[in-house]
Amino acid sequence: MKILVPVKRVVDYNVKPRVKADGTGVDLANVKMSMNPFDEIAVEEAIRLKEKGVATEVVAVSIGVAKAQETLRTALAMGADRAILIQTDDEVEPLGVAKLLAKVQEEEQAGLIILGKQAIDDDSNQTGQMLAALLNLPQGTFASKVEVEGDKVSVTREVDGGLGTVKLSTPAIVTTDLRLNEPRYASLPNIMKAKSKPLATKTPADFGVDIAPRLETVSVAEPAKRSAGVKVADVDELVAKLKSMGVAA
Amino acid sequence: MKTLVWVEHEGGAVKDATLSAVTAAAKLGDVHLLVAGESVGGVAEAAAKIAGVGKVHVADDAALGHALAENVAPLVGQLMADHDAFVAPATSNGKNIAPRVAALLDVMQISDILSVESEDTFTRPIYAGNAIATVKSKDAKKVITVRGTAFEKAAAEGGSGTVEAVASTGDAGLSSFVGAEIAKLERPELTSAKVIVSGGRALKDGETFEQLILPLADKLGAAVGASRAAVDAGYVPNDYQVGQTGKIVAPEVYIAVGISGAIQHLAGMKDSKTIVAINKDEDAPIFQVADIGLVGDLFKVVPELTKNL
Repeated sequence: MKILVPVKRVVDYNVKPRVKADGTGVDLANVKMSMNPFDEIAVEEAIRLKEKGVATEVVAVSIGVAKAQETLRTALAMGADRAILIQTDDEVEPLGVAKLLAKVQEEEQAGLIILGKQAIDDDSNQTGQMLAALLNLPQGTFASKVEVEGDKVSVTREVDGGLGTVKLSTPAIVTTDLRLNEPRYASLPNIMKAKSKPLATKTPADFGVDIAPRLETVSVAEPAKRSAGVKVADVDELVAKLKSMGVAA
Repeated sequence: MKTLVWVEHEGGAVKDATLSAVTAAAKLGDVHLLVAGESVGGVAEAAAKIAGVGKVHVADDAALGHALAENVAPLVGQLMADHDAFVAPATSNGKNIAPRVAALLDVMQISDILSVESEDTFTRPIYAGNAIATVKSKDAKKVITVRGTAFEKAAAEGGSGTVEAVASTGDAGLSSFVGAEIAKLERPELTSAKVIVSGGRALKDGETFEQLILPLADKLGAAVGASRAAVDAGYVPNDYQVGQTGKIVAPEVYIAVGISGAIQHLAGMKDSKTIVAINKDEDAPIFQVADIGLVGDLFKVVPELTKNL
């Protein structure tokens, strides 16, 4: 079984994003970029399924600027076999991404497509579900456990208040949550090896998909700022404050 | 504008998140509801009493029993022929279903809205709430998920909606529900707790975390969270993590114990109403966002606090 893993290049999770002074967006100049953390978990899961002998090939795909190649090389260094970059300088919304991925899946015929549940830049949490709808495939979102059982896949999902398990026919779409696994670090030899793994570059036009945005960003603003409050001298004073707030009896 | 709100329900009762979604939908226009599930007559009756609702569409079918997106989305898609906006709470079920509906309608969803500015313009958090985007939708129909903490709950009583049965679109045959393991409610759930006590790496190890944080949380009836550093160090499991890549929380009171306040942690809790920080380093960034700060040794302060509360 082949596994397709879409990955996104985003601002590194340790960087505090700064809103541009003109309110048009977030300043991405000279900011460290990394693979979306949930996508790293997706890559890791695919590689583990290959190591278990369940998957035969892991294909990473990214949609974005030329530099998204670096993100794909990271996936290759972790253990993906080959990569596809659909290169565009335009911002592509989840719906557009899902449409492009649907075309990739038509060509690749993967048995599983594992995606991060959301990207930590736009926080949309949509692409996997949209892709599932476009391909009329089942979806196991927010996965904390994935088990392939013959032509079915059992997905344990993180839901409000606990876990829920669904059984899906394959091909299936899985989106990852944090508890699914802990992604490995690529070793130096594997980083070197990844440089010679195949990476195909395409464009959205190659797939005939309209990726024109449906949402217009009117403005981007800083959230209301919190200001530092008061310091209390000791526990008694803290207890008194908590009591006056009604937190403690 | 005619809106269709997906009613989240459990054990025969309408869940609170639905009420916030109703408030958001009411800002767009007429509020109609969809109650989908198995044996949901009672839920539909209850939903009809929510203040301000019009028609309550009820689809009763075993295939809709566990809110499987594969079975619910086509039903919503069909009903959307007569509605202009689909509104769902941004709960795990809502987030599972709504984008599937959006793609079926060829609409770009607006996720997790914080406010309704006009019929087509909304605000929503991006970068884990480090920025707020105002977005305008060009799609003819809207698909929206609503952040529950950003909207008042509609009154659960006082409405007089009319219940109308609709046919289910059946079982898509793609997925089945196997089972659920809902956490025992010894402590409140992080994302809905009124009070959260969170511990950081300064707690030293898992045992100390347990000995210091849990009694304090129990005393306050609070949920327990942790920083990424504490999770990475193995003190507590991943699902305790509050932060950009963990849970985003906004309780009434957030008590950060031994948490320095890394950006990615702040991103997950800075919408809390009141933040209390206990840390021995008076320059820790957590104090820049804390409403109440106590500089001190947590190994002394926390047991004393637990005792005195």
